[in-house]
Parts: sequence; C-alpha cells; structure tokens
Amino acid sequence: MDTQAKQYWRANLRLVAVLLTIWFICSYLFGILLVDQLNTIKVGGAGLGFWFAQQGSIYTFLVLIFIYVIRMNALDKKFGVHED
Amino acid sequence: MDLQILTYTVVGITFALYIGIAFWARAHSTSEFYAAGRGIHPIANGMATAADWMSAASFISMAGLIAFNGYGASVFLMGWTGGYVLLALLLAPYLRKFGKFTVPEFIGDRYYSKWARFVAVVCLILASITYVIGQMKGIGVAFSRFLETSYDTGLYIGMGIVFIYSVLGGMKGITYTQIAQYVVLIFAYTVPAVFISMHLTGNPVPQLGLLDTMTGSSVPMLDKLDQVVTDLGFKQYTTQVMGNTLNMFVYTLTLMIGTAGLPHVIIRFFTVPKVKDARSSAGWALVFIAILYTTAPAVGSMARLNLMNTIQVGAVGSPDGNLAYADRPQWFKNWEATGLLKYEDKNGDGRIQYYDDKNKAFAAKAESFGWKGNEMVKVDRDIMVLANPEIAKLPDWVIALVVAGGLAAALSTAAGLLLAIASSISHDLVKGMINPNISEKAELLTSRVTMTGAILAAGYLGLHPPDFAAGTVALAFGLAAASIFPALMMGIFNKRMNRAGAIWGMIAGIGITLLYVFQHKGIMFVPGTAFLGDMKPNWFLGISPNAFGAVGALVNFSVAILVSRMTTPPPEHIQHLVEDIRVPAGAGGATSH
Repeated sequence: MDTQAKQYWRANLRLVAVLLTIWFICSYLFGILLVDQLNTIKVGGAGLGFWFAQQGSIYTFLVLIFIYVIRMNALDKKFGVHED
Repeated sequence: MDLQILTYTVVGITFALYIGIAFWARAHSTSEFYAAGRGIHPIANGMATAADWMSAASFISMAGLIAFNGYGASVFLMGWTGGYVLLALLLAPYLRKFGKFTVPEFIGDRYYSKWARFVAVVCLILASITYVIGQMKGIGVAFSRFLETSYDTGLYIGMGIVFIYSVLGGMKGITYTQIAQYVVLIFAYTVPAVFISMHLTGNPVPQLGLLDTMTGSSVPMLDKLDQVVTDLGFKQYTTQVMGNTLNMFVYTLTLMIGTAGLPHVIIRFFTVPKVKDARSSAGWALVFIAILYTTAPAVGSMARLNLMNTIQVGAVGSPDGNLAYADRPQWFKNWEATGLLKYEDKNGDGRIQYYDDKNKAFAAKAESFGWKGNEMVKVDRDIMVLANPEIAKLPDWVIALVVAGGLAAALSTAAGLLLAIASSISHDLVKGMINPNISEKAELLTSRVTMTGAILAAGYLGLHPPDFAAGTVALAFGLAAASIFPALMMGIFNKRMNRAGAIWGMIAGIGITLLYVFQHKGIMFVPGTAFLGDMKPNWFLGISPNAFGAVGALVNFSVAILVSRMTTPPPEHIQHLVEDIRVPAGAGGATSH
C-alpha cells in the first residue's frame, strides 16, 4: 500500500475509534454501568441514566453515524479516493 | 361501520397497494432480483431497511417487554439501535464496495475458500429461518384475533401476499413494498402513542410525554408509575434490572453485534449506487427506526400505567379498591377469549386483584386485605400494543390501523429474510458451488424457484412450529453475533486474517454459543435434554443464554487471530482485494460476472 492510502486508512481508523468511544460511553457507561449515579440528576420526570438507556443513547447513535458520513466524505475528497 | 368491516377495509387497501407495487416493480435480471439493480436512493433504502429490520417483535412485542421490564428492557432499545453504528462504521460501506450480491459470497472470496462460504451459508440459513418462523406466527395471530379467520387461513393469506411481490420482484419488488410498509407501520405505531400521551400527560409528543407530568398534577408520569407498581408489590419500573448489570451489558452487546451481522439487513446496503450512499443509508435507516424506538418507551410505560389503573381503581387494600369482574371493559373480554389474558377469582370476592404475589413482604400484607394470590394469572405481554388503543378508548379506525401496521411489520421482515435465504441458495450454493456456468436467465429462474420453496418451508414451519421455535430469537442473534459479524469485520480490518483463522473462528464461535444455549435450554430445545438447568445459579456469571452471543463473538475473534498467526498468511491477491475494498474509488455497478 502506498503512503497516501496508508494515511487515508489511518485517518479512517482514528475517526472510527473516536466515534466508537462515544458510542460506548453513551450506552454502556451512561445507560448501564453508571445508571444509578446519573439517576440522581433529573431530566424532566426521568433520571438521566434511565433517559440515556431509553432515549439519549439512540439520539447519540444517530448523530454519530451522520458525523461519520460527513467526515468520511471529506476524507475521501482530501485523499482523492472518492467515487466518480 | 363496525370494527370488523373497518379492519377488513384498511388491511385490504394496504394489501392491494403491496400487490400493485409488485406488478409495477418486476425484476428482469439477477442484479435487479438480488440487489434492485443498485439504483435505490439512500433515503429510500433507509426506509426499506427500517421496515426490513422492524419485525413483528419490534412492532408488537417490544412495548410489552418494556411495559413489564421497565428499565431492564433498555437492553433491547440500545441493542437493536446501536448495531447500526457498527454496521455503518465497520461493515456497510466496505461490503458495498466489494460489490457482490450475498454475504457468504464475500466470506468465500475474502477467505479464498468454498468451505468458508458454505459455513456462512449454513449460519445464514439457520439465523434467517428461526427468525422467519416468528414473523409467520405474528401474521397468523393478527389475522385470527382481528379478522376472525382461523390461524391457518391467516397464514395462507400472508404467504400468498409475500409470494406475489417477492417472487415477481425479488429485491426490487421487496424494496418498494417495504417503503410502503414502513409508512403504514410507523403511522400505525405513532398515532395511538400521540393520543395516549396527550391523554395522560397533555403532551402530544410521546418522547416528551415520557418525561412530563400527569395531566392536572405536578407528579411526573414515571414517578406515578413507580408508585402505582410498587404499591402492589411489583419492582420499581425505572430501576428494575434484567438479571444483573453484567447480564445487561453482555445482552446489549450481543444484540448490537447480532444486528450488525444479520444478513437480511446487510444485503439491503448492496442496493444503493455508491459507497458513500451505503454510509448515509445506514444513518437514514436509524432515523426511521429511531422514530419507533424512541416512541416505544412512552407506549410501554403508559400502557402499563393504564393497565394498572384499569384494575386497581381505588386505594390498595380498601374493599372497593379493585375492579369488579362483572364491570370489566370490553377489551378485557376480547382478550380473555383469545386465552392471552386470564382471570381466576382466588378469594371469591368477585373483584380483580393484580399484584406481585412472589414478593414475600407484600404477599403478607395482601393476606391482611383478604387477598389470596394474584388473580391475573396470565397477562401476555404481546397484547400490550394491540390492546393499547382499546384500553385507552381510542376510535375504531385507530385499532384497524394498528392491525394493518402489525401485518406490515411482519410481512416486510418475512420478505427480507426469505430473499436472504433464497439468494444464498441460488447464488451461493447453486451458482457458486454446484453449477458455476449457469446462465443469468437460468439463475434468475432458480432464484424464483428457491424463493417459492423458502416461502412454502416458512409457511410449513409457521403451521407446525418445531419445539425449538420458542428459543429461536436467542439463536438468530447469537449465531449472527458469534459467526458472521466477526468473520466480516476481520475480513476488512485485519489483512493478515486467513482461511484457517476465519473457519476455525466461526466454528469455535458457533460451537460455544450453541453449547451454552443447549446446555440450559435443551439440545435443539427438546425439553429434558438440558444437562444444566435453565436457572440463574447455573448461568455463567449470571449471563442468560439469550445474552451469550457476545461471548461467542469474543471466542471467535480470539481463536481466529491465534490460528491465523500460526498459519500461512493469505495470498498476495487477497491482500490486494482488502486494500481495494478499503477505498471507495472504483465501486462500479454489479460486478458479479
């Protein structure tokens, strides 16, 4: 693999690593492991941990995928590997 | 118009729509049959994927699971949505770049092995068949409850509809009908939710109603619910867990990895024109799924509150605090007739006591009220969504709509699964292994014949559910998580992964998952053959058999990496193949020939 392709792949892996860390935090950490601690904070009538487990994590997942789409499209252009 | 005629009308209109689409979107080539000619717009594919993914389980069962498991049911909410992040970031764009028609085809090419492809076909068929039985049962139940046909007749009608549009149109016909089915099902799901949220909290947005206060009071809806259920000895709604924390963690992970590894979802991403469309399409799919999944917690909690309030009409323990059986509402009688709701007057007072008699502290208190055990001896959780409009006294057309929505959810998922099975048999087994020189026309015919065979087999299994039908969801997600997902991911991200590593990884992953499920649930789920009882003390660290797929995936990854280090690296051209799928440039149309 030439260096250009290597750099593209590395940038891709870095992006995926950051996004999957947030993916882990909003669901496993906030929704399961730290749920009791977060439930002491209230969002409306629900505890924050409960809210992350049943609502917040899903909204975060959505944002993560669209950030990935935008960042990857930009990376494709920067490294000249985009389609057509 | 009475409910029966109204329901027939609404369901009839939606079915006519699906058949109309089938004739309009006939498939003329294998590319159209397997991948809709790769011409589907990413937003349209997102919508079709959402319908493909959201099955009778999502539409009918999930809100019921939430209603009775409260916070514990979060594993389904996070697990069945978080998988789309893995799909978008780790699989979909690369598999689209690879540009073939089936999941086993990628595994066969990447691991330069017909055996790897064959193992993948077996996993795919097992996971998909177990899943399709559930859809067939959902169709039969919906027909028998609301259209007063027999279960069998309902199943035949469902098979007929799926036959028309999937055999004629393949992926192309299925895609366009799934889009129509999504519109029907999401409308049917959200309309009653809006009504109920308005009624209980005054907030028309269910996602916000969940966090709002009760109408005309300053008590939050969830606090009220917590109080109502704990007053009757049930576990507190917002804190009850499923098993223990570790089990919830592993269960969520299993569902996420399993979702990303389910072939009928993955092949949907072969239908979009470009790699970047595959990325955004996964995002759109999750948008359309999230509309239902963020509504479900409101539906579940509010349905539970309505149910409790219907039965416990006054103060707990006061003589007239419980609903008199003679005064029970019409929906109660309707569901009693189906056997999914059962009442038994244990203390002979003619009133209904619904409480948790397994809670020892509360059972003692209940005795002092003259209660002799929980009298709602059966409350099937699957009835919550279907009974919800009736419990909330919504107009008849809403009930008719919910029936059409449930059928749309079951039909769209069944069609997607059947296509995954049929294409894997005609493309991977017949063309890939038995007769590689088959002409395109003959392959198209073969795929139509196998599709017909798959529908008949699914119908047969729906009519005669095998012993293992009950435990099948565990298997579908467990197998996808323990076999397909790791093989795909390592095929893309680990250039050193070779044939021996992938095959042994898959076999080890499936092996340990099956062993764990069978040792607790019985060999092939036959009762009495379990060598370790299905009870918590016997579970490894308290992990339930349904949640075990993630452990299988971990074993798969470890074995595969270990074996691949000890055996020869993959040949040069495979390493080039991996480098090629890692960049989007050069993804053309179909490249199977």
